[in-house]
Amino acid sequence: MNSEILVCIICPKACILNIEMENEKIISILGNKCKRGVDYAEKELTNPERALSSTVLIKGGVLPLLPVRSSKALPKDSLIKVMEVIDKTEVVAPVKIGDIIVKNVSNLGVDIIASRSMRKVI
Amino acid sequence: MEFNYDVVVVGGGPAGLGAAAKAKESGLKVAILERNFELGGILNQCIHSGFGLGYFGEDLTGPEYSERFIDLINEQDIEILLNTMVIEITSDREITAVNKNGLLKIKAGAIILAMGCRERTRGAIKIPGSRPSGVFTAGQAQRYMNLENLKPGKKVVILGSGDIGLIMARRMTLEGIKVLGVYELMPYANGLQRNIKQCLDDFKIPLHLSTTVIDIIGKNRLEAVIVAQVDEKGNPIEGTEEKIECDTLLLSTGLIPENELSVKTGIILNKLTNGPLVNANLETNIRGIFACGNALHVHDLVDYVTKEAELAGQKAADFVRGKTSLSENIEVTPGENVRYTVPNYIPTHIDGAIKLYFRVTKPIESGRIVVKANGKTIFTGKEDAFKPSEMMIFYLTPKVVAENLSDLTVAIKEEK
Repeated sequence: MNSEILVCIICPKACILNIEMENEKIISILGNKCKRGVDYAEKELTNPERALSSTVLIKGGVLPLLPVRSSKALPKDSLIKVMEVIDKTEVVAPVKIGDIIVKNVSNLGVDIIASRSMRKVI
Repeated sequence: MEFNYDVVVVGGGPAGLGAAAKAKESGLKVAILERNFELGGILNQCIHSGFGLGYFGEDLTGPEYSERFIDLINEQDIEILLNTMVIEITSDREITAVNKNGLLKIKAGAIILAMGCRERTRGAIKIPGSRPSGVFTAGQAQRYMNLENLKPGKKVVILGSGDIGLIMARRMTLEGIKVLGVYELMPYANGLQRNIKQCLDDFKIPLHLSTTVIDIIGKNRLEAVIVAQVDEKGNPIEGTEEKIECDTLLLSTGLIPENELSVKTGIILNKLTNGPLVNANLETNIRGIFACGNALHVHDLVDYVTKEAELAGQKAADFVRGKTSLSENIEVTPGENVRYTVPNYIPTHIDGAIKLYFRVTKPIESGRIVVKANGKTIFTGKEDAFKPSEMMIFYLTPKVVAENLSDLTVAIKEEK
């Protein structure tokens, strides 16, 4: 049996999770103030995920950059690879919030979407 | 040009938007004055997620959070004056503003101050050394990278462990900029724990506690900073100096409520927060002028800003409709281990619970909220942990207030 200590990052409460593991399986978690802490600990110890936000170039918009984010959390070790795709992406105004900017990025089953609307400069 | 409105909101960031939307629910004539070319305030450059967990129960980015309120405002008949800078507010609620049409004179039934805050600069924290380019506040660098498509530098040192600095450490790393480390004067981190983990630990960026920047070197562009460890009093310890070569220094050393306008109006500020002293209606010492959001006190979560702004919006509308009366107030003061409280005054008679925001002065692993009146304990809370980086909320109930007609002190008693 071994134990792990994790800080839950699901919400700003930042619960400290004391986790007991046996044969790489979680057998008990202490310290979480809600159920999401359990889900987080399981994911974090097997396949950690992170939400990604960045910007892409936009032509003809009121600003030169459009903020974007991943539609779901991405595997933690894919962030740099996805950033390379985002850095090469350019869109044209107008854009609506939620518009898909990169579909199924790097074949991860996650889209990169616009996180604001941007109108065209008149 | 002259205008008349029931409620005028100064600032179109999250506080202003929340306050205006709420005031409009009472069917009044509402206007927002915003100096930028669009609404949304600082949220527009906060492209990371973590907003809205409390208010919407969803994890949103800053622009997503603000767009929800901008849509709500646009659906209603609220006057929005963009590119408009307020230059004066009088105590009888007359506003002078300027925009490209010239000078505007606006008469308001009530005014809500929602100007937000500004960052502490190098001058404010008095770092000695030369004055090269490459020294930025964290929010300024965030603006360059997220709105203006400018790269602040290549090799970065971050001073201060505030949330914006942590968020920028990750943002810069993901854009290929080398972040050498974060240095924090205090023996504990100032930002939220989740940001330490996902912005620093994830990218193996070291956090050096009890360490600060004591010198800045560089002629035209920053060439290096000297860091040193500090003792318990914050004084550099001789012999611990280290030279770090870098071209950029980001300062994430705290925020100050923006109240130049308020002071000129005659509004009294709380020296502990730099925001106005307010009563339970979030009304300042000048009748009919209310304050909310980061102009009132610096919040760590926008969800709290919105909630507070809605209260200010509601109370401003009540004031215009003659639904508020002057009541006798008692003072709420911070006691042991408590840095400040908002509000500062509460009525002697209240109908519902009053939300009291406060921050502690130092991390407390285990403690209890103790409310005292005339030195006598009238309330003791449950055992809990407290961090200076986390704004706490405590509900003052009618029972606690009604039984005690004297001033209250809110303290945290440490449990050994």
